Amino acid sequence: MRVPLSWLAEYVDVPGDATPESVMAELVKVGLEEEGSHGFGVTGPLVVGEVLEFVEEPQTNGKTIRWCQIRVAASGQKAADGGDDVRGIVCGASNFEVGDKVVVCLPGAVLPGDFKIAARSTYGHTSDGMLASGRELNLSDDHSGIIRLHELGLDPKIGTDAVELLQLSEQAAEVNVTPDRGYCFSIRGIAREYAHATGGEFRDPIGNAHPESTSGFNLKIEDQSPIRGRQGCHRFVLRSVKGVDTKRPTPPWMVARLKLAGMRSISLIVDITNYVMLEMGQPLHAYDADKLQGGITVRRAKTGETIKTLDGQERKLHPEDLVIADDAGAIGIAGVMGGERTEVSDTTVNVMIEAANFDPISIARSARRHKLPSEASKRYERGVDNNVSEFAAARVVQLLEVQALGTSEPFGADFREHHEATPIWLPANFASELVGVDYSTDEIVSILNQIGCVVATVDGGFEVIAPSWRPDLTHKTDLVEEVARIGGYDRIPSRLPVAPPGRGLNAKQKRRRAVVNALACSGHVEVLTYPFVSALQNQIFAATQIATVKLANPLQGDADEMRVSIMPGLIEAAKRNLARGLTDLAIFEEGSVFLPSGTVGANPELPVGNARPSEVQLDELNATVPAQPHHVAGLFAGNRIAQQVGVKSIESGYTDALHAVRVLAKSVGVEVAFQQAAPVGFHPGRTAEVMVQINGAKTIVGVAGELDPTLATNHDLPRRIGAFEINLEQLFAAAPDVIQAGLLLTMPAATQDLSLVVPVDLAAAKLLDVIREGAGELLERVALVDDYRGSNVAEGHKSLTFALRFRAADRTLTQVEASAARDAAVELANQRFGATLRA
Amino acid sequence: MSAENPITQPAVEAAVNEALAVISAATDLASLKAARQTTVGEQSAIAKLNAQMKSVPNEFKAEAGALIGKARGALNEAFATKEAEFWAVEQAAKLAAEAVDVTAAPEPARIGARHPLSLLQDTIADVFVGMGWEIEEGPEVESEWFNFDALNFDADHPARAMQDTFFVDPVESHLVLRTHTSPVQVRSMLTREVPIYVLCPGRVFRTDELDATHTPVFHQVEGLAVDKGLTMADLRGTLEHFARIMFGPDAQIRLRPSFFPFTEPSAELDVWHPGAKGGARWVEWGGCGMVNPNVLKAAGIDPEVYSGFAFGMGIERTLMFRNDVRDMHDMVESDVRFSEQFGVSI
Repeated sequence: MRVPLSWLAEYVDVPGDATPESVMAELVKVGLEEEGSHGFGVTGPLVVGEVLEFVEEPQTNGKTIRWCQIRVAASGQKAADGGDDVRGIVCGASNFEVGDKVVVCLPGAVLPGDFKIAARSTYGHTSDGMLASGRELNLSDDHSGIIRLHELGLDPKIGTDAVELLQLSEQAAEVNVTPDRGYCFSIRGIAREYAHATGGEFRDPIGNAHPESTSGFNLKIEDQSPIRGRQGCHRFVLRSVKGVDTKRPTPPWMVARLKLAGMRSISLIVDITNYVMLEMGQPLHAYDADKLQGGITVRRAKTGETIKTLDGQERKLHPEDLVIADDAGAIGIAGVMGGERTEVSDTTVNVMIEAANFDPISIARSARRHKLPSEASKRYERGVDNNVSEFAAARVVQLLEVQALGTSEPFGADFREHHEATPIWLPANFASELVGVDYSTDEIVSILNQIGCVVATVDGGFEVIAPSWRPDLTHKTDLVEEVARIGGYDRIPSRLPVAPPGRGLNAKQKRRRAVVNALACSGHVEVLTYPFVSALQNQIFAATQIATVKLANPLQGDADEMRVSIMPGLIEAAKRNLARGLTDLAIFEEGSVFLPSGTVGANPELPVGNARPSEVQLDELNATVPAQPHHVAGLFAGNRIAQQVGVKSIESGYTDALHAVRVLAKSVGVEVAFQQAAPVGFHPGRTAEVMVQINGAKTIVGVAGELDPTLATNHDLPRRIGAFEINLEQLFAAAPDVIQAGLLLTMPAATQDLSLVVPVDLAAAKLLDVIREGAGELLERVALVDDYRGSNVAEGHKSLTFALRFRAADRTLTQVEASAARDAAVELANQRFGATLRA
Repeated sequence: MSAENPITQPAVEAAVNEALAVISAATDLASLKAARQTTVGEQSAIAKLNAQMKSVPNEFKAEAGALIGKARGALNEAFATKEAEFWAVEQAAKLAAEAVDVTAAPEPARIGARHPLSLLQDTIADVFVGMGWEIEEGPEVESEWFNFDALNFDADHPARAMQDTFFVDPVESHLVLRTHTSPVQVRSMLTREVPIYVLCPGRVFRTDELDATHTPVFHQVEGLAVDKGLTMADLRGTLEHFARIMFGPDAQIRLRPSFFPFTEPSAELDVWHPGAKGGARWVEWGGCGMVNPNVLKAAGIDPEVYSGFAFGMGIERTLMFRNDVRDMHDMVESDVRFSEQFGVSI
C-alpha cells in the first residue's frame, strides 16, 4: 500500500518534516513493513508559461517542430531561473495553440530519470527550456502532446510554480500489508495504525461523509448456492447522481495522489471511485445509469452465462461466480471486475454508485478463476469493513457533486445482511501468560479500545467485540497479538527454556554427516544442484521407463520433473565448471531423489486443518507422498593429479569413483564389494555395481565407474568421466550400529608373493576370494600387486601377482608353514579356475 | 733367568704413534676403513706386538696386557672420533644433495570442501543439539495437508497464494514441493510426545526466478518448542542464545509485529550483527511467533494445556550476511571455487 504523506496527514497527526522514511519507521513498529518510498522525481524550476507565438518548421527527418516564444514571467520580470521573461523553446508537440498556458521546464530543472534540463542547440535554434507532457512529469502515460493547463481546469498566473501547482513534490511511503490486515489497504487504516504507533490523534475519514437514506431502486440479493454456507453478499449500497459533466478534468491534486498511490488517472468518475477506495478501503463501482436495464440482482452466475468485462474480454462465467446482473444479464463479476455494457463513458450523464461487501472466499475464487487480481478483489479477499459502504458511497456522491457538477438524488438502495457480532472471551491472564509480559487489566482494556474493540470486563476476563474492520480477530490469541503489538514487542523479556535431555543426532543424520565429511576430507568438493530435470535427463540412467514426479507449474518448461538421480545435475555442474576453465573436477552431492512407486495422481480427500486426522487418514496421506531416499553421487573429470614438478599428471576415471565409494562406505563402517556391470548410461567395460551385506544377503546399493563416453561427449564433457551414485538408505542398512573390534595379532609375520596364471576374463576379486579361502586363517592380508600379460604367459591369459602376509596368533610362523598355506591357496585356485603357478 | 720382555712401554708407544699418524692421515670413511686394516689389523704393529705375548715372561704378562689394552683403547677412540667426524661430513653432503625447493612441492592428493550451505545447516543443528533439541527431517515433495491445511492456511485464504507454490502434476494429487520446513513441525507434533523441542533444517521451494537475492530452491531452518507455559519470552531467549552463537556475544535480536497463518502472535525477527561488513547493523533474519492454536489442534495437542513457539530463517540469507556472500548465483551454480573457499568449516 502506497501512502501519499499529505493524504495521511488529513486523518492523523503527522509531523511537518515527515519523510516517507520517518513514516515507515513508525509503521513498522505496528507490523507494517517498509517497502520503499515514491515521488515524482521532478525538481524545478518548473513554471506556468503562456504560448505567445510559434512557427512550424518542417525538418528533413520528416518531423515538424514548433519554434515557440513562451512567456515565463510577467513582462520585465526575471523568470524563476533568473533568466528572461520570454524564452525561445523548440517543441515537437502540435496539440497546443497560441494563448495556451503550459508547463515550462526551465534550465536547471530535473525530470524523472535524472533528466537535466539545460539550454541546448537543436533544429537550428537554442531551445531555452522544455514544454512538458504528462508522461515527462511522471503524472500520466500521456505523451501525445504537452500539458495544456486549461484542460486540467487550471488558469494560473504566468510564472506560477508548476511543481506546487501539480503537487509534484508530494511523496508516498509504501508498506507491505500482511494478509490479515485488509483494512490497511486504505489511508483510513494506515492512519489508524500510524496513530497507534505514534499516539497521535486519528480522525476517521468517514466523519467527512454524510450518508443519506435512499430508496426506490429495485435491488434483489439472491444467493441460491452460498460457498461453504456463507452468503455471497453482505452489503449493497446504491446511490444515484444525475447530470454529471464527464468532460471535466480530474483535479491535479487527485491525479497526483492517485499516481503516487500507484493508480493511473482514467476519467473523472473512475478516478473519484478509485480515490475513495484508496481513502476508505471500500471498492466502488460506477454504472452508467441509463445503460442499466431494470433493477439489479446479486446472484450466482447461470450455467453457460458470459460477460464482457471492462478489459474487453468475453468471459465464461462459472456457476460459483457471484455476479451483479440487471434484467438483461450479468453486468459485473462481483468484487472482481465490472462489465463493459454498463460502463461509464464520456457520454455518461447519470451514474449509479455501488458500494458493496462480499464474502472473501467467493471473491478470492472468482479472481483466481478468471486470473483477474484487481484492486477490488485484493481488498475483498482480505475483508472489507462492513460498516463503511454507505460512507464511501456518500463520499463519492459528494465528490461527483463538487468535481463533476452532478446532483445527488434520494434514489437508491441499501441492503445489509443481519449480522450479530459474537464476543470473544479473553481470560484476564491469558495475554500475560502467552506473551510473558505482565499486562494490567487497564492496559489490556485500553489497548483493545484503542484498536476499536468494545470490551466488557466481567469476572475473570473480558468479553470483546472486534470492530467491523477487523474480521481477522476471531480468537483470544488474535487479541493477545493486538495487546502485544500495541503494547510493544520490545517489552517482551528474554528467558531461555530448558529442553528435556536430547539424544543428539540420530543414526541416519550422523551417517550422512560422516559420508559428506569423509568425501570432503578425501579431496572431493561438495556442490548443491537444483533437483529439477527434464524427462530426458531422468531417463538417462533408466533401463526402462520409470515413474517420476512431474511439476504442474515448472519455472522452466523443459525442467519439469523431480530428479530420480543426482547424476544429471552433476553433469550440468561439471559442464559449468568446465566452461569456466575449471577442468580437474572431483565433485559430489548428497540429497534426495524422488521415486514414486507408481503413477502420481491419487486423489486424496484432505482432512480439515484444525483437527488431528485419524491414523487411517494419516496413513492414507503418507501413502500419497512419493519415496524420497537420500543418494550421494560423485563425478570426476580431467586429472586427479595435475602435472607438477617431478610428477606426471594422472587422469581421473573409474578408479576415483571406486575409491570414493570405498571411502564413503568405510566412513559408516561398511566394506563394499564391486562386481563388473554395464548399467545404462555407464561405460560397459569400466563400471562396477557396488554391493554390501545386509543381514547376510548381498545387496546392490549403487554403481561406480565411468560414464558412457558417448553420453559424456554429448554433454560436452571429456570422454573419460568417473562417476558413482549410492543409495544411502540402503548403504546405511548395512552399517553396524556399533563396530566390534577384532584382536590384533602381534607375533612376527611371514610374507610371500604368488603369481597365478588365469584366463583374462576372470575377475581378480574372485581369485582373491579363493586365495583367502584356500590359505585359511593364517593369511592375514592379500593384495593384488601386478597384472602381467605378454611373453611367457599364454594367449588369452594373464598373470596376477599377489602379496600375501601370514601371521599366527601364538607363535612365530615358519616359512614352511606359510608356504603350505600358500600352496593350499594355489591348489584351490587351480581346482576352481584352472589357475596355474606362473613359471 | 727368564727371557727378555718384548712388549715394553716404548715399543707400544711407538706402535701407537705410528698408528695414530695413519689414522689422522685418513681423509674420508673409506680411507679410514683402510687405515683400520693397517693400524689394528693382523699385520699392524700393535697386532704384531700382541702376537709376542706368548713370549712375555709370566711376571710381565699382566703389565704387557694392560699396555696393549690401553693402546687399543686409544686407537679405538681415535677411530671413533675420526669416524664421527667423517660421518657428519658425509651426512651433511647427503642432506645437501637431497634438498628440494619446498615451495615447488607437488601435491600428492586433492583437497576437498563442503558446500557452505550444508556446513551452515550442520553448524546450526549443533547449536540446538547442544541445548537438548533434536533434529527432524521430512519429505520435500509433501502433501498439501502438511504444508498448508495443518498450518492454518485456509484453502481460500490469500496467505496460501502468498507462498508461490510449485504444484505436482496432477494438482488433484494434492502434492506440492514444500514451501517451508513447517510441515516437518507438524510431522514432529504428530509423532512425538510433548514436550517437543525440535529443529527442522532442509530444502524448500518457491516459484521465484533465480536472481542475486532469490532462488527457487533454498534452505530453511525452523525451530519448534511445545511445552507447558511457554511464552514469547522463551522465544526471545532462544533466539538471543542462537544469535549470539552465530554472530558473537554482542548480537541482539529485535521482534516486529507481523503475520503468519501458523503463529499468533507473529513477529519478524531482526538480528543485530556486530560483525557485519561495513559496520554493525540490524539485519532481517526470519519470522517467528507463538504456535497458532489451530496448528496445535491439527496435531492433536490441546492448546488449553500446552503452548508453543516456532521460528524460521533462510540458510542462504544467513550465509549472505554472516559470510558476506553477495550473489545468490554463487550458492547455486556449483562452481567448485565457491565451496573451496570454505574447506570443511564455516
